[in-house]
Amino acid sequence: MAEYQNLFTSVQPVGPLHDGVALPRGDDKRLGTPFLVHLLGRIGNAQIGPVYLGTLGVASLLFGTLAFNIIGFNMLASVDWSPIELIRQLFWLALEPPPPAFGLGIPPLAQGGWWLIVGFMLTVSILLWWARTYRRARQLGLGTHVAWAYAAAIWLYLVCGLFRPIMMGSWSEAVPFGIFPHLDWVSALSLRYGNLFYNPFHALSIVFLYGSVLLFAMHGATILAVSRFGGEREIEQIVDRGTASERAALFWRWTMGFNATMESIHRWAWWFAVLCPLVGGVGILLTGTVVDNWYLWSVNHNVAPAYPLVSPTVLDPAILGAKP
Amino acid sequence: MSMLSFERKYRVRGGTLVGGDLFDFWVGPFYVGFFGVTTLFFALSGTMMIMWGAAMGPTWNPWQINIAPPDLSYGLRFAPMMEGGLWQLITVCAIGAFVSWALREVEICRKLGMGLHVPVAFGMAILAYVSLQVIRPVLMGAWGHAFPYGIYSHLDWVSNTAYQYLHFHYNPWHMIAASLFFATVLALSMHGGLVLSATNPGNGQAVKSPEHEDTFFRDLIGYSVGTLGIHRLGLFLALAAVWFGIVCIVVSGPFWTGAWPEWWSWWLNMPIWRS
Repeated sequence: MAEYQNLFTSVQPVGPLHDGVALPRGDDKRLGTPFLVHLLGRIGNAQIGPVYLGTLGVASLLFGTLAFNIIGFNMLASVDWSPIELIRQLFWLALEPPPPAFGLGIPPLAQGGWWLIVGFMLTVSILLWWARTYRRARQLGLGTHVAWAYAAAIWLYLVCGLFRPIMMGSWSEAVPFGIFPHLDWVSALSLRYGNLFYNPFHALSIVFLYGSVLLFAMHGATILAVSRFGGEREIEQIVDRGTASERAALFWRWTMGFNATMESIHRWAWWFAVLCPLVGGVGILLTGTVVDNWYLWSVNHNVAPAYPLVSPTVLDPAILGAKP
Repeated sequence: MSMLSFERKYRVRGGTLVGGDLFDFWVGPFYVGFFGVTTLFFALSGTMMIMWGAAMGPTWNPWQINIAPPDLSYGLRFAPMMEGGLWQLITVCAIGAFVSWALREVEICRKLGMGLHVPVAFGMAILAYVSLQVIRPVLMGAWGHAFPYGIYSHLDWVSNTAYQYLHFHYNPWHMIAASLFFATVLALSMHGGLVLSATNPGNGQAVKSPEHEDTFFRDLIGYSVGTLGIHRLGLFLALAAVWFGIVCIVVSGPFWTGAWPEWWSWWLNMPIWRS
């Protein structure tokens, strides 16, 4: 039975490599000669390349590379230009946003100015890449579903780095660039606003995060399980249902009384994946701007129980007018 | 009777693991089988015990109902019903129901001539549950280390458990797991979006082919994993995310009791940095 599980491709037929579907007039030429990598062919397509760069791609990569390198050089500067210390402390290093005193003003380069420049460049790079995702789909006559899904992720990025800091009136609220520093930011945000687990939008976002993983496990496993009937030819199965679709549908109908179709499972997938950052972004945007303490909010709304106080109450210095 | 237009020819006998033809029938859209009966038994018993626990508790507020595991002082022993015994029986029922469900899926797979990918994948989720509720508590010597059954109470458990190790985000396996969780969502959005974009190209346009799908991702990032590969990749990412989630919590307590940020000092103190 094991050989039928189709976890790896055991025989790889090799034919002439394809450049891809013809591009419309006015587009650039694709770059690179495609080549095969045997190990990739064990799980998916063996072919790498060609790639379409175009103006949007070049501009996006340019801004992205600049942002990446400025972050790197700021980190290098923070360890006194020692390359060894850069590697040693890489996970701890950061390019931090300006301190709170600058508000939404423009700080000197070394006190968050670089962070502001990098944030701008990275945002430009990401938006250009979005335009590229949209345009590549249109040029091939495809729908723009991938671009709009990507837009949901950009929404969360902009909430964390732009919209919420502006609503809070300070760049210092934004996320630092760095491995551990951005994790510290997450923890600090959660602690400051009464534990983000009590934020219902955070809870919903986690539901869609885990739900997406569950859906992909279910969908991936189902398609592999009916691949002996050609189940992976999904477009064909959508327009002309075959026994692979029928068995896949009946498996879930018999298991849980409900089934998607070959097309609708991809709508479920798209919405679950998109709602994860979409709802999460709403939760972050409300944190500190509309809701100051999610735990107290939850107690007020009868969601969380009121726990007994185990430590003396402390007045928030911000209420007393203290400035950070 | 709740049958799809093409369903009748698939409703054949056989493929059961246990019970022969005895339970080989459907109720409405549901397949029953021997493991359907055991699923029902465990699920109903567990649910009724949760209702019982809620009735004995202080609230019917669905967000706040809480059935806690025994106090740490009970160790790995049985506890009185209202002091965690209920939690212990509910846990037994949950594991019984999950395993029954997986075996019922195996029977359905066999009946439909499908591979066993779905029940195997579900097995990873069951392993995650068992790791949290049985393996880690046993390694730590008390059922009280398991999480309670309740919507907000289990969130409190996650929060409290994480802060026992000061800053759980520094747990390296948690870092890998979180990255894989996000990567799975990314891959799912790209796969769902790609298939929808090929089959819904806009009014009056012809449905596109897998050639277009491959070309789109090659144009965009230079590689397209393909129609078969994306399902292998998605399944792998999803299972790997859960697997590293299991590792990150099972090591916390049984094998690492300090603060997770301190764990990284081995890296900072490696002899190769001295020069």
